[in-house]
Amino acid sequence: LLSAVREVAEFVLDRPGDAHAQGDGFPQISGSRFKVAATGQSRTVRRIWLDTFDWRLFRAGVTLEYTAARGARELVLTARDGELIAEQSMSTGRPRWPARIEQLPAGPLREHLSAVIGVRALLPVVRATSVQNKRRAFNADDKTIAILTTERTTLTQPAKATAPPRVTVGHLRGYQTQAFKLADALAEVPGVMRADQTAFEAAMRAAGRRPGDYTSKINVRLSASMPAARAVCTVLTSLFSTAQANVPGTIRDVDTEFLHDLRIAVRRTRSVLKLAGSVLPAGMADRYGPEFKWLGDLTTPTRDLDVYLIGYPAMASKLMAATEPELRPFHEYLTRQRATAQRQLARGLRSARFATLTTGWSRDLKQVVSGSPGRGPATGRFAAGRIRKAHQRVLRAGGVIDASSPPQALHDLRKRCKELRYMLEVFASLHDPGDQWRAVKELKALQDCLGEFQDTEVQQAELRAFARKMVAEASAPAETVLAMGEIAAGLAVRQRAARGDFAGLFTSFASAHGQARIDALTRAAS
Amino acid sequence: VKVLATYNIKGGVGKTAAAVNLAYLAAADGYRVLLWDLDPQAAASFLFRIRPRVKGGGKALIAGKRPVDEAIKATDFDNLDLLPADFTYRNLDLHLDGERKSTSRLRNLLGPLRREFDLVVLDCPPGISLLSENVLGAADLLLIPLIPTTLSVRTLDQLTEFVADMDRHQPGILAFFSMVDRRKRLHREIAEELPAKRDDVAEAAIPALSAVERMSVQRAPVTAAAPRSQAARYYLELWRETRTRLGLSQVPQGS
Repeated sequence: LLSAVREVAEFVLDRPGDAHAQGDGFPQISGSRFKVAATGQSRTVRRIWLDTFDWRLFRAGVTLEYTAARGARELVLTARDGELIAEQSMSTGRPRWPARIEQLPAGPLREHLSAVIGVRALLPVVRATSVQNKRRAFNADDKTIAILTTERTTLTQPAKATAPPRVTVGHLRGYQTQAFKLADALAEVPGVMRADQTAFEAAMRAAGRRPGDYTSKINVRLSASMPAARAVCTVLTSLFSTAQANVPGTIRDVDTEFLHDLRIAVRRTRSVLKLAGSVLPAGMADRYGPEFKWLGDLTTPTRDLDVYLIGYPAMASKLMAATEPELRPFHEYLTRQRATAQRQLARGLRSARFATLTTGWSRDLKQVVSGSPGRGPATGRFAAGRIRKAHQRVLRAGGVIDASSPPQALHDLRKRCKELRYMLEVFASLHDPGDQWRAVKELKALQDCLGEFQDTEVQQAELRAFARKMVAEASAPAETVLAMGEIAAGLAVRQRAARGDFAGLFTSFASAHGQARIDALTRAAS
Repeated sequence: VKVLATYNIKGGVGKTAAAVNLAYLAAADGYRVLLWDLDPQAAASFLFRIRPRVKGGGKALIAGKRPVDEAIKATDFDNLDLLPADFTYRNLDLHLDGERKSTSRLRNLLGPLRREFDLVVLDCPPGISLLSENVLGAADLLLIPLIPTTLSVRTLDQLTEFVADMDRHQPGILAFFSMVDRRKRLHREIAEELPAKRDDVAEAAIPALSAVERMSVQRAPVTAAAPRSQAARYYLELWRETRTRLGLSQVPQGS
């Protein structure tokens, strides 16, 4: 097989059954000074395109493909223009998908991917089989100048489909200019079009899907004049579909972010029910509020342990007196606890209670969206009122905090901030993006500070509880408890720093400027 | 990277045929091979259907104004690339003479290609010149085709002495009999006796065969166009001996 070719152009054949075509649909290039002849070289490649559930690779403009042909297995990372970024032979072991980053062989490819996908697992997005036929293109001296590869791809996932045939032109070393001329001649042939999508995107289109079709963000378009009940239900429906999408991955424990996204969707749902549930049909918010609280609580233990395990390397690297091996029994304890918590979580998500919640919720949301609008308020006015109210509550709760206030006062303020944040996000499509961005930015800084303050406090308390349990079940040597003490001390330092930052951040948020930003946002919406 | 040069003062003795076929066989073994056609007659380039033209000509190449790797062309065979001849190569001596360290210029030009190739084959024009001195300075092994006559054996001795007098790098020497005509008694005698007596003469010999001549019609190495032919078998034997003398491992690294 002639190799050492680099791609100069890629085409799609949109009339594969053309009368001028050769056996496998390859078009006749008439009037060209190049001749083309089959090499008889054909191969079948099994391909899997991979991405994370939230399309991190696609959003970063790269494509990851796993190929297997004649016993050679490879993982190849390319840019959208086809340029090779990194490749990795996978011939030593058949990979199992989904795979997390640590399950890939170490090397440049893994380093590249690690920066993009983080803790997310790689999932097969498209499974396909391609039959590739090679042709040589000759110049007037009968010298091969380029290799033309025809590729016919059949998909089995996400749906059974056939992608339009593609032709790539690769040049031989020293013959790039002639190969470009050949590509120009090929582009003139009727039914041959330059490919404007990667093979991956074309395969997705053939299967009727679009890459990037999942986001954990609230993705709805509301109008100021629509009935508020319908707007609120539209938002709740979007949150519900996000939650639903993450349930299978949470049960199978594919990666930690399924649970994270599920929790956020549930928390947002609860906030919307609490702050805007009054526009829903009577009793709906009261009926579902406790059920979503149950669901939220069900997810808490696993997520808390995930936070520790994800943060463990950073935590261990900051140890000053103790060493990482001394801390390791703590890691093992966390891992065991998490396995138990995960089993309980999965059981809960498979339970009749969860099934009843989701069927009922889905049915009731549909009824409101399709039902008659009733006499409730319009969305713009309603949203402005809720945001103003939530903002006032933040100002009130924060205004009474001084250096002597108990931690609980800051925790309460954090809740009020979250409520305001959710209201801003839920009704984001009503706002000017610039105003929205500015309002959220300052709020976010305040939330980060409050989050740091509370998280470090909760974690200190949890560390004490973990240590007590580990000592009680004799799974912690004294060195481990000392190392945990060091971590608790580090958390206390961080908590104090957050408390120190608070006053300045709140003053800025509560300033006349901050007030004006919220006013601008709500005035425009209503 | 190992550097193999086919060389003889005389022309028409089978230098290009040996260079082309051994380069092809090495590539077929899996070595990454570059064949540099240094002869302005461009026979090797012609055999691979590659136009004998180098941008900027020999002058720019020798002066280092154009990188050597930009002039390289892929042949129609895997692992085998060619640096084509150019008619301006007839003045290579002149250009070499203009350079500092004029006898090691070729060796320096090959430097950047060391990572990319396992074997570089230099197909040299006949004669003895500054270019020949450069080839001697760059090569690990000189492959010398000899027509089995008493005179050509003297030429080999002269060359061996010349190499022994070189004060720096000294290439190895492997001569082989070429264009052997079995009907001639003298050819038979010399071609049989000498390899037994001298270890710088290969056991393998290439007879005068029409298949070798036909290469210029088919424009491909006979080892590729007719791999089962008698001619191809003789070249294979020669390649095996050459490979051993070059100290190349049987299985290329990374293959």
